[in-house]
Amino acid sequence: MRVWEALGTGVILALLIGGAVMTTSVGAGLAVLVGILLVSVASLWFLHRRFRAWRYLERAEDLVVVRGVMLRRLSVVPYGRMQYVDVTAGPVERLFGLATVKLHTAAAASDARVPGLEPAEAARLRDQLARLGEAKAAGL
Amino acid sequence: MAPAGAPPAWCRLHPLSPLIRSSRTLAAIAVLAVVDAAQARHGNRMSLVVYGAVILFGLVAGVIAWLVTRWRLEPDALRIETGLFRRDSRRLPIDRIQAVDLVQPFLGRILGLAELRIRLAGADGSRGRLSYLSETDAHQLRARLLAAHHGLDPATPPPPERLLLSVPSGRLLMSVATSFLGSAAGVLAVVAVILSITVPSALAVVFGSSFSLLFALGSGIWRRVTSEYRFTAAAAPDGLRLRAGLFQTVAETIPAGRIQAVRMVEPLLWRPFGWCRVVVDVAGGAANRRGRTGGGGQVSRALLPVGLAADAELVLDRVLGDHRVPVTRPPRRARLKAPLGYHFLAAGYDRRHAVTVNGRLQRTTCWVPLEKVQSVRRLQGPVQRRLRVSSVHLDTAGRSVRAVLRDRDQNEADAEVEELTELCRTARAVHPPRPATVPVRAPSVQ
Repeated sequence: MRVWEALGTGVILALLIGGAVMTTSVGAGLAVLVGILLVSVASLWFLHRRFRAWRYLERAEDLVVVRGVMLRRLSVVPYGRMQYVDVTAGPVERLFGLATVKLHTAAAASDARVPGLEPAEAARLRDQLARLGEAKAAGL
Repeated sequence: MAPAGAPPAWCRLHPLSPLIRSSRTLAAIAVLAVVDAAQARHGNRMSLVVYGAVILFGLVAGVIAWLVTRWRLEPDALRIETGLFRRDSRRLPIDRIQAVDLVQPFLGRILGLAELRIRLAGADGSRGRLSYLSETDAHQLRARLLAAHHGLDPATPPPPERLLLSVPSGRLLMSVATSFLGSAAGVLAVVAVILSITVPSALAVVFGSSFSLLFALGSGIWRRVTSEYRFTAAAAPDGLRLRAGLFQTVAETIPAGRIQAVRMVEPLLWRPFGWCRVVVDVAGGAANRRGRTGGGGQVSRALLPVGLAADAELVLDRVLGDHRVPVTRPPRRARLKAPLGYHFLAAGYDRRHAVTVNGRLQRTTCWVPLEKVQSVRRLQGPVQRRLRVSSVHLDTAGRSVRAVLRDRDQNEADAEVEELTELCRTARAVHPPRPATVPVRAPSVQ
């Protein structure tokens, strides 16, 4: 999902700034355009890596989410600690038919989010988590 | 539980409550009126009439609010109904209570009235306030709520409590003076005085610029002293009783087993005295973000505003049981990432608790009961990856205590994540979070 967001932003940025410079001098405008394209490609590469690094694993007792390239994070959230599950789909995600599943616990710092899921998989994960959470629920 | 049959009758708040509730606003308006009258010398009747109308309106509104508010204690919940146009009926389930506080503003102490604040876990609107009840009613209701919370008959008389410790006023004043606020104010004052002596022409500028800062620091110090004055902690079988306050007194009760995490702080300037501060984290804090800071509104409360190591041991024993957990230090190469903090860095865990020690200028030790851990996270930044270390975070429902096993060896951290997850699961099973029938934890060693 982030890949597509970035592509959109990159293209728009390139068009805008390129157009602005083009009006004065053609050579400079082209150079800026190329630079911006390079930046877009690089950021695409970074985002691709981030996307690839984002994984989740449903274990018997807990959900494990691994993410991050530079700052590597691993979260273990026991199903019993789950307060609720969110499934969200922003405008861009909807455009590409994707959804994000987020697990909430009583701790604000808990961080278990799985973006870019197919709607069917998101619904399955949500129902699975809700079912397990109910079965193993523990009080505060 | 309570006898079955007809629901108990509705009760009202104390008839004097509107007066206390609006006393501050009324006082402010009265001051405004007097100032206005003094300025407009030629008897501005009109403004007096306006002020009178405002005060009258406030009083009438207060009386109406009093008239439409009622509460009753049901077998499994406290119900509070209020509101004239928009009725608000709030049901506070007794077994979800996180804490019961008794707050007495200065005027309330004179009139013998007290406010009862009931806090539940959960987000906004999960708190109930009864302001105000007569002192005896408030005490009685608190005892009933706590007895019912622990699964006893609500009519059980409040259990006897035993004084654990008190903080002498001298020590409190000294500790505030050497705290961050106090020392910052002191430095600022000294700088201002020196500047104004050496550069007399800058006097106005110096005082003008430092005044607002000094005022902010001063009000922080003032609040700290008045809210923690004459602090006592007492142990009762149904929880810990904390009392403090100079003008407004707050008596908090933290039911046993409701503590999410404990933090002990030892600031640099307190170390010569061997003092520390112990703070607990109780769940339920979203409402706190709305900015209600006065009188014990915080989610984390001081179990010990300032005390010696022995005092800290006493309260820690009380709230955690056996909390002496062996800690291990991170590998020496972590010094490159945390050159300053490495000095005290340590962490460890056993079957009941995890302990982390962080900080250099302000050594902070956190205890987290494993059954309260919500999730386990492992983080590794770029520098940490180069040094083959990572940090393990234990997330709890509290807001202020952050337990981080910082800069552990990479492989060790992986193992710790697995082991802590496992231990937390066992702890949850062995110590179910709501010991409804057992009001007391195992008596502590004393």
